[in-house]
Amino acid sequence: MSHKLTRRDFNKLLLTGVAGSAFSLFGTSNTAFASSKRVVVIGGGFGGAAAAKYLRKLDPSISVTLVEPKAVFYTCPLSNWVLGGLKTMEDIAHTYTVLKNKYKVNVIADVVTDVDVTRSTVKLKGGQTLGYDRLIVSPGIDFKWDSVTGYSESVANSKMPHAYQAGPQTILLHKQLQAMRDGGKVLICPPGNPFRCPPGPYERASLIAGYLKEQKPKSKIIILDPKEKFSKQALFKKGWERLYPGMIEWRSGAMGGKVTKVDAATMSVTTEFGVENADVINFIPAQKAGKIAFDAGLTDATGWCPVNPVSFESTIHPGIHVIGDSSIAGAMPKSGFAASSQGKVAAAAIVRLFQGKVPAAPSLVNTCYSLLARNYGISVAGVYKLTVEGIVEIKEAGGLTPLDADDDQLKEEALFALGWYKNISMDTWG
Amino acid sequence: MAGKPGIRLTGFALLLMVLAAGSSAQGGVQAKKGEARRVESSPRGQILALSCTSCHGTDGKSVGIIPSISGRSADYLETALKAFKSGARYSTVMSRHAKGYSDSELRLIAEYFGTVSHNNK
Repeated sequence: MSHKLTRRDFNKLLLTGVAGSAFSLFGTSNTAFASSKRVVVIGGGFGGAAAAKYLRKLDPSISVTLVEPKAVFYTCPLSNWVLGGLKTMEDIAHTYTVLKNKYKVNVIADVVTDVDVTRSTVKLKGGQTLGYDRLIVSPGIDFKWDSVTGYSESVANSKMPHAYQAGPQTILLHKQLQAMRDGGKVLICPPGNPFRCPPGPYERASLIAGYLKEQKPKSKIIILDPKEKFSKQALFKKGWERLYPGMIEWRSGAMGGKVTKVDAATMSVTTEFGVENADVINFIPAQKAGKIAFDAGLTDATGWCPVNPVSFESTIHPGIHVIGDSSIAGAMPKSGFAASSQGKVAAAAIVRLFQGKVPAAPSLVNTCYSLLARNYGISVAGVYKLTVEGIVEIKEAGGLTPLDADDDQLKEEALFALGWYKNISMDTWG
Repeated sequence: MAGKPGIRLTGFALLLMVLAAGSSAQGGVQAKKGEARRVESSPRGQILALSCTSCHGTDGKSVGIIPSISGRSADYLETALKAFKSGARYSTVMSRHAKGYSDSELRLIAEYFGTVSHNNK
């Protein structure tokens, strides 16, 4: 079995400064001009779909197969808008029709059950075996179901949805909120770092509060957070005071936010400070790389996948690229935007590698919009560059919506949030 | 697979790559206005510009409220990007992005979209 590098080993290796040509970065077998150019992409989310599309767009001589079990993909971005009643499930649904018809991606609705890194093949549940010259793995997140006592996949599917993979989970949480009495209590329990979409649980609290304020104004939301701080915290807290005074309470880990046990039968959670009952409980478990990444041996001790930051090629298995939430991408957050950015970087790198050329130094970006109300948007942006320490955020760039932004700016950001969603959806599936 | 070293990315080699990428920034687009032939943009320009399409749409063609980049000349885009970078032009988020790039990188991005627009004419 290959030696698995930890992130520390990786940095050490980068800093050691052992001389070598840039070509040797990608292994001798991969730098000759490739006569066979088959890429299989596992996962049709923001990362995988963007990679598949851009591979075909940048080099139509590459044959691309995308394996994704769902015929309709619901995005996590904007799924909080559905919970708040601002959008419908239809608004966040995407299919693979354009990838198939316009970009000639071979889309197979199936599940990958096995990756054979020695033979460079993947096996599908339906019985098919696909050979690849390069493989892209973009499976998103999986949950650590046993991270607290009492939680499980069946509890998530019946009583306490995580709604952190959009689809039936979003619908279940939405229904629970609609059925709740006025004066009810909603618990939102975000996980510890790292997790998908760091501002997600707080945007969710905002938009649920927006719905409750209109329909069930006596209700309350409590966020039980194991963390001491969270993404865009000052902007969220200011917005909550302005828009939903007294409706959202955030408890940090030190203030009793750490959930140790959940009980679906009594609809309660236990923290270090005691038992909390609620009408609706949105428990979001701790996370790890998607299952196929573990099965293929692409993960390290952190539960995520170490990659070469130039091409997102696995540092464990050459020839396999891991993008999106499952990858360890330095300073980049786990977001749909980041996954899409990484998908395009991996696609451009693979095109160059097939040509026997060195990939161009990547440039990566992220922008996460959060909506607090229909006309109240905030954002965090980051531009990332490659240094000897891996992917780092450029300090002079990026940052947050100003805390003193006026109503016009906040409205503009809300409009751009939707504008961004439309364009990234088109850039990925359209 | 077992005997293969998993990684050969060294600090020195990485620096070489970043430097090489910087020097290839001189390439750019050679096409003059009105030239009919298809022009190629630099790989570095391409990789920088692919970041923009997540908000501005594939090839810079926006379908929503965010302005399209498509159809603009390289010179127009370069001026706009530099104005966002300096803060001379108001924006919600563009200045936060533009500050992440050197002037020569902004030029490469502008040339990339200028080329895409040229080729799509």
